[in-house]
Amino acid sequence: MPKSLKSLLMVSPLAAVMLVFLVLPIVMIAIVSFWRATEFSIIPAFSFENYEFLFGSPVTYKVFLNTFKYALITWAFTLAIGFTVAYFLAFHVRSQNMQIVLFLLCTIPFWTSNIIRMISWIPFLGRNGIANSALLSMGVIDQPVEWLLFSDFAVILAFVHLYTLFMVVPIFNTMMRIDRSLIEAARDAGASGPQILWNVIVPLTKPGIMIGTIFVVTLVMGDFITVRIMSGSQSANVGRLISNDIALLQYPSAAATAVILLITVLMVIGILLRFVDIRKEL
Amino acid sequence: MTISRRQLLKTGTAAAAASTLGAPMIWAQNIKDVTLRQFGTGVSNLNEVAQKVKEDLGFTLEMTALDSDSVTQRAATQPDSFDIADIEYWICKKVWPTGNLQAMDVSKIANYDKIVGIFKDGKLTPESEIAQGTAPHTVGFTTGPDGTDFADEQTNWMTLIPTIYNADTLGIRPDLIGRPIESWAELLNPEFKGKASILDISSIGIMDMAMVCEAMGEIQYGDKGNMTREEIDKTMAIFTEAKQNGQFRAFWKSFDESVNLMASGEVVIQSMWSPAITAVKSKGIPCVYQPLKEGYRSWGGGIGLSKSLSGLELDAAYEYINWYLSGWVGGFLMRQGYYSAVPETSKDYMSENEWGYWFEGEEAAEPITNPFGDVMAQAGETRDGGSFYDRMGAVACWNAVMDENQYMVRKWNEFIAS
Repeated sequence: MPKSLKSLLMVSPLAAVMLVFLVLPIVMIAIVSFWRATEFSIIPAFSFENYEFLFGSPVTYKVFLNTFKYALITWAFTLAIGFTVAYFLAFHVRSQNMQIVLFLLCTIPFWTSNIIRMISWIPFLGRNGIANSALLSMGVIDQPVEWLLFSDFAVILAFVHLYTLFMVVPIFNTMMRIDRSLIEAARDAGASGPQILWNVIVPLTKPGIMIGTIFVVTLVMGDFITVRIMSGSQSANVGRLISNDIALLQYPSAAATAVILLITVLMVIGILLRFVDIRKEL
Repeated sequence: MTISRRQLLKTGTAAAAASTLGAPMIWAQNIKDVTLRQFGTGVSNLNEVAQKVKEDLGFTLEMTALDSDSVTQRAATQPDSFDIADIEYWICKKVWPTGNLQAMDVSKIANYDKIVGIFKDGKLTPESEIAQGTAPHTVGFTTGPDGTDFADEQTNWMTLIPTIYNADTLGIRPDLIGRPIESWAELLNPEFKGKASILDISSIGIMDMAMVCEAMGEIQYGDKGNMTREEIDKTMAIFTEAKQNGQFRAFWKSFDESVNLMASGEVVIQSMWSPAITAVKSKGIPCVYQPLKEGYRSWGGGIGLSKSLSGLELDAAYEYINWYLSGWVGGFLMRQGYYSAVPETSKDYMSENEWGYWFEGEEAAEPITNPFGDVMAQAGETRDGGSFYDRMGAVACWNAVMDENQYMVRKWNEFIAS
């Protein structure tokens, strides 16, 4: 059996699974996005109506902009926190047992569901919530702060809380594989702490940062429930636009929005992958 | 040969009773194996009803409770996933034309003549005016057994058998407001800036918006339940401006969210459903379902049968419907503050005190409890809004699906994103 045929046969089961469960549904979504719909029926007639409406409405641009805003801010915070946590775990905690214990500690919040972790912020941040009453009793404020809950602040806080671990894990992973003798060599050559961090550790951690970034950006851009609950339904991102359409039986319109979102996310990932060759780095 | 309802009435109720109520005798043996799958909103899809069905009728009823949007989706797109659809009349307008439900033979409904007028000719009493919106009687009948349209008058074929309905209004926190609230316009009163809320379900939310805009004197609608594009634009403009000025604290989508908003004091005035008010009150927090001078926004629900139902299952479904209207469920629902489509049969299943409080709007002689044993009112209290005829007689509009629904939904999305 020629080698190429053999490898072809070896990938074919996975390829078949991917084809049926990933490629075909996406193709279906793309097809439906060109159909028309009324309240109770979908009309399989080719039409650009959905896209025309999508690109013709100022709401679309506003909502996409909002989606990018959430993604960018969340990314910045999760990166800063994730990198710091991973750095601490990888370079400051000496014993491996301690590393494992602390790492597991990071995952404890993941023992409950996303929604529960999100909802638990609501009584905390509310007008008469714990945060406000603590600030009031400390005399920092004399009126409850209103913007803590049902605001962009609340949305981003929840995102950072939910997704920081997705940054910690890949960064920690790549940091652990950095050859410690490189750091020693840098120190012997007279580099200061910040210089080692910036010139040695950060470049070598880039694949982890990229993987973490892809996780966080795709999760935030695809999310709809966090934005709905934490903003008190007062803000929208693309995910919410799609879920609203689906709830109202506007499947073709939802499909068109989904196609545009998919293309956008793929473009973002494409740009990110330009910065680092993941295949080489792994 | 088809028998019209009128002909049937002439032959007398005895015949009707014989043809419907006599039937179980014949198939009582097989019926134990029957399982009917019902789905609908949490309002009326209660396990207590399923248990009682098992006791009284012998067959199994599987209940699935979903939110309004999911109910619509399921009824419209998955006709084989249910036998009985417990849906609202405004949803019926979206679902019926799909042909997933079958028309129901009125002559098999024993208590048909006792069903209140609003579901038949739209009139609660002979002199009452028909409210705006998708009034149940306008989507309650179809032209024949295979009709996918709606008939203008009563025919022998019903789309849904009415079961439950109520008149909705705004919920308020009297302790945090501290003055009487009398008009829908108060929702946009700057006094409640950052403390108001409406629901994020467009078909219902737009009706609340319309009640407010009309009460403010800003817009005079031709029909609040069927707005023109211009009316939709004007309504949305008023609410968008209020939203941008920070009038709203949050919008709610589920029952629980509305309860939490009110109970935590995040919101002091909002559109709300009556059981949510009860839930807030049961936490010991004062909350009033405030009757307003412009009237109520009403909704009604009913039972529809899946197209694929036939034979023994279909007979069981009719048996179920007849049982549903015979009083026990009616009493169960009315003791939660809803109304039964056949109030007079539920009377037999309620105490005099309960009937007086819930239906007649009289003072409670002793504490009123709901079917789950929670105390709803103390002796001496009266129901918000008074008697059945006071409340249902003051309905200004029904939840609706408009001709311009698609346009309205897009505008709603803009409102949320603004």
